[in-house]
Amino acid sequence: MELNDFLKNFSELFEETDSSGFKPSTRFRDIEEWSSLLALAVIAMADEKYHINLTGDDIRTSQTIEDIFKIVRSKK
Amino acid sequence: MAFSVIPDVTLKGISACVPKTVLENRNLPVFSGDEVKKFIASTGVERKRIARNDICTSDLCFHAAEQLISDLNWDKSGIDCLIFVTQTPDYDLPATSCILQHRLGLNNEVIAIDISSGCSGWVYGLNVIASLLSAGNHKRGLLLVGETSLKFCSTEDKSTYPLFGDAGTATALEFTKGGEGLKFHLATDGSRFETIIIPDGGYRNMITSDSFSSFEAGQDIKRNPTKLFLDGMNVFSFGILRAPESVNLLLSHFDLDKNRIDLFVFHQANLFLNEMIRKKLNLDTEKVPYSLRDFGNTSSASIPLTIALNCQKLAHSPARIVACGFGVGLSWGSVFFETDNLVCSGLVEI
Repeated sequence: MELNDFLKNFSELFEETDSSGFKPSTRFRDIEEWSSLLALAVIAMADEKYHINLTGDDIRTSQTIEDIFKIVRSKK
Repeated sequence: MAFSVIPDVTLKGISACVPKTVLENRNLPVFSGDEVKKFIASTGVERKRIARNDICTSDLCFHAAEQLISDLNWDKSGIDCLIFVTQTPDYDLPATSCILQHRLGLNNEVIAIDISSGCSGWVYGLNVIASLLSAGNHKRGLLLVGETSLKFCSTEDKSTYPLFGDAGTATALEFTKGGEGLKFHLATDGSRFETIIIPDGGYRNMITSDSFSSFEAGQDIKRNPTKLFLDGMNVFSFGILRAPESVNLLLSHFDLDKNRIDLFVFHQANLFLNEMIRKKLNLDTEKVPYSLRDFGNTSSASIPLTIALNCQKLAHSPARIVACGFGVGLSWGSVFFETDNLVCSGLVEI
């Protein structure tokens, strides 16, 4: 799995944020649109696109989008 | 693997009772800005019923049971088995099932048991009561399942208060020779008991004055430790994994043809989570009924309430049904059962 694909899938969950603003190093909690519902959408995306079960703890311990990517990759 | 087949038991009827009082999520002060729109779009819960302080879960179940017994034309003296599943009993002790035995006018020769269980509670209760009836020692049983969850949700917690609703149900079962029997898959993961919890008020953390100190646990989330905590992310993660897994295990273990199942009834957690489950199992929308929009997440009552509200076809023809509950414990399970001219009472309101 590619980091760029993951970044694209991650950015597509957001409706109001310009996709050009998403970098692997982006601290996702700093994105204004970030919310508890978007956290669920990330878990759903990992399940649908990668068949990986992300937990709430996985999201909580991550700071950047790349952190989540690494967890998804490690569970592959 | 916790699979079981329980023969010679038939599900005869289902009824549900809700409080008359409607609470519209749009009117709740807990949301800031236009968050209520996003909440409703995601959870599917527009409104729910709320029990007044003087209405207990047992009151809702009592009225559901009275209606069902009447609609079944059952003689009360023939009922010898009563199970009450809830996490909002009348008292710490005695068991509420004993109070219900008397209140329903059942005779003294009745087994009465309380079971503490939430969102998987109807499936678990069904397993226990069917096991009691299956040997033929008991002939007729009532499974009373309900919750008045809003009593233990903080009104200032947007992660729980807008989601839950109050309801009570009754399911009638009978020892009858023949039929395919009820088939179960049940499972438990107590390592994650803190995912959905009321921390204070039991005997592990007894009530102290600190128990009533509220704290901010996030934006629009304020509660004290006598109120429900729900880890939304971990519940979501658990639900989308375990519910489809359990249904698939049930179908494959018992060699049940998915296409021959008429109805898949899931615990009504929230729309986003339930739609994930439905899509993962590749089920048609018309086979998966909902009660979330008008009643919210009614915990253990959600499966029988959803069946009772979608009963038109079941009342006039045989049906093959799969139901799946999942939640607090963590605890989850699925059941397959058949019905034939199921007696469905109309929704009772008190």
